[in-house]
Amino acid sequence: MQKEAAIREPLILGHKTYHDVTEDVCRPIEDKAPKMWYILFGIALVIGLYGVGSILYLLGTGIGVWGLNKTIGWAWDITNFVWWVGIGHAGTLISAVLLLFRQKWRMAINRSAEAMTIFAVFMAGTFPLIHMGRLWVGYWVMPIPNQFGSLWVNFNSPLLWDVFAISTYLSVSLVFWYIGLIPDFATIRDRAKKPLARKMYGILSFGWSGRAKHWNRFELVSLVLAGLATPLVFSVHSIVSFDFATSVIPGWHTTIFPPYFVAGAVFSGFAMVQTLLLIMRKAMGLEAYIHTKHVEYMNIVIMVTGSIVGTAYITELFISWYSGVEYESYAFINRATGPYWWAYWSMMTCNVISPQLMWIRSLRRSLLFTFFISIVVNIGMWFERYVIIVTSIHRDYIPAAWSMHFPSHIDIAVYIGTIGLFFVFFLLFARYFPVLALNEVKTILKGSGQSYKESPDYHKHH
Amino acid sequence: MSDKVLYVMYDDDEVLKNSAKQLVAKGVKISEVFSPFPIHGIDPIIGVKNTRLGIMAFLYGLTGLTLATVGMRYFMIVDWPMNIGGKPNFSYLENMLAFVPITFEFTVMCAAHGMAITYLLRNKTLPGMPAQNPDPRTTDDKFVMEIRLSENHKVTEAELDGMLQEIGYLELDKKEIK
Repeated sequence: MQKEAAIREPLILGHKTYHDVTEDVCRPIEDKAPKMWYILFGIALVIGLYGVGSILYLLGTGIGVWGLNKTIGWAWDITNFVWWVGIGHAGTLISAVLLLFRQKWRMAINRSAEAMTIFAVFMAGTFPLIHMGRLWVGYWVMPIPNQFGSLWVNFNSPLLWDVFAISTYLSVSLVFWYIGLIPDFATIRDRAKKPLARKMYGILSFGWSGRAKHWNRFELVSLVLAGLATPLVFSVHSIVSFDFATSVIPGWHTTIFPPYFVAGAVFSGFAMVQTLLLIMRKAMGLEAYIHTKHVEYMNIVIMVTGSIVGTAYITELFISWYSGVEYESYAFINRATGPYWWAYWSMMTCNVISPQLMWIRSLRRSLLFTFFISIVVNIGMWFERYVIIVTSIHRDYIPAAWSMHFPSHIDIAVYIGTIGLFFVFFLLFARYFPVLALNEVKTILKGSGQSYKESPDYHKHH
Repeated sequence: MSDKVLYVMYDDDEVLKNSAKQLVAKGVKISEVFSPFPIHGIDPIIGVKNTRLGIMAFLYGLTGLTLATVGMRYFMIVDWPMNIGGKPNFSYLENMLAFVPITFEFTVMCAAHGMAITYLLRNKTLPGMPAQNPDPRTTDDKFVMEIRLSENHKVTEAELDGMLQEIGYLELDKKEIK
């Protein structure tokens, strides 16, 4: 058992036993779902189905139904793609990077953050796929022998790097998540009273029995997967940024992009984790495990990554002037003062100013304030991608080609639809899956549980 | 040959570890420990060797690295060399920088999936496999040691009972295995 300094706030509040942890996490799964769950699920499903319908219409008609034009070939579609991939960065960062750094507070939040990651990357993947227009030939992005005289995909292209990056990220995150889920499914299986639940969780738990040798392997596999996933987290958004940075468009052609995109991704990902967890802890009665300290830690991450993003914005502005390239300078002047000034200043307000408020301790420990800021950050991060993509291309080199982007009804419906689908997945997860890595939380109960830390024996023998 | 198995249950990981230590000191072989979470420090006591899955992950990663290198060299240099803007793909090395991202991603993909599949196969944990823990509570808050008489010729059952009485336990369950 590892002990920690008395001054540290306990990670598990109250007088919990091992059995209490199991009870607290499994009860919401075993009980009947509250009425609110059905209402939220219904709303999410309707919105999600509307999105699916819009996608089908899009596929049947062609991507002309989006508000794109000859000058603006990428707009909401790729904005949404990057936005969702960014959101999908928190889960694996929490479970992999924080595991390597031995941050024990991750244990209460990693499961749901990883679930969020996986669902967000699902939503992200939708956009490039439907952007192809002919979804049924989507497999052409794979280097497979073909009838075109073995014409291969272009391995020099960042768009192809993206295919590999996103698919690796999605599948490795999924495996990492599931390997952690197996022992927890076994706990639910061994408690299940209904035969159907016992059967389902029996299949899902793969016959896990908790043998010493299995736990030995489990810990190593978690560690190595974390080691592999850590560079993966940083590589994925770096590669997404290459989609822009390796082009010759002023405003995109920037070496600062990879670190700046990664910081932005972590920033928005943590904001989404806050949005979801602040509601979930309340709805599922998990306040003892995810409490103010966890929220504060996440707010510090938001503050740090938000500051990196803010620095990057200002560096970009400075460099565009300092470069002396008039196209480069104009791209940025146009962003701030051109027809899309409102998008630029929304981005600046949401992403640069709002995270700085987290320096104030009472604000970063306020749950209501955190919830508000978490929404603001994700709005800001959507605008960031919109600003980067649309304002950089809407004023082409030839003024005759200058254009504006107006989203069509399908643009909006597909975007809102993915939010609906995301919540459909997340609500299903919250209903049927252990939302807390309950068996991992048990390992820190004695080291960081309130009742253990406050007992007089805690600091006696070490 | 019939065998008798003793399942000794505890409700605390530290207590089980101490008992295991005392039993092993007296020459008892503990064949298995079932617990809801990893008990740190139990492996050397009961003689569980460290897993070699890490080496496997490295080998799978190496496989991925090789496949990606060989594949991209074939696709881009040998089979269909392209000349983009007067910059032809003469050799792998000249074009290598563009191949770094996919080489990295493919290495990670092979290492992670190869290791995960090996892990599941070695554990014999696959979809639909039956649970083997002796008591359903071992995935909740109970910790069980499994002692097989066939693996303990030096001590008799009565001696073992005596030791366990002395050391203490929560529940003791005996099962005949045919």
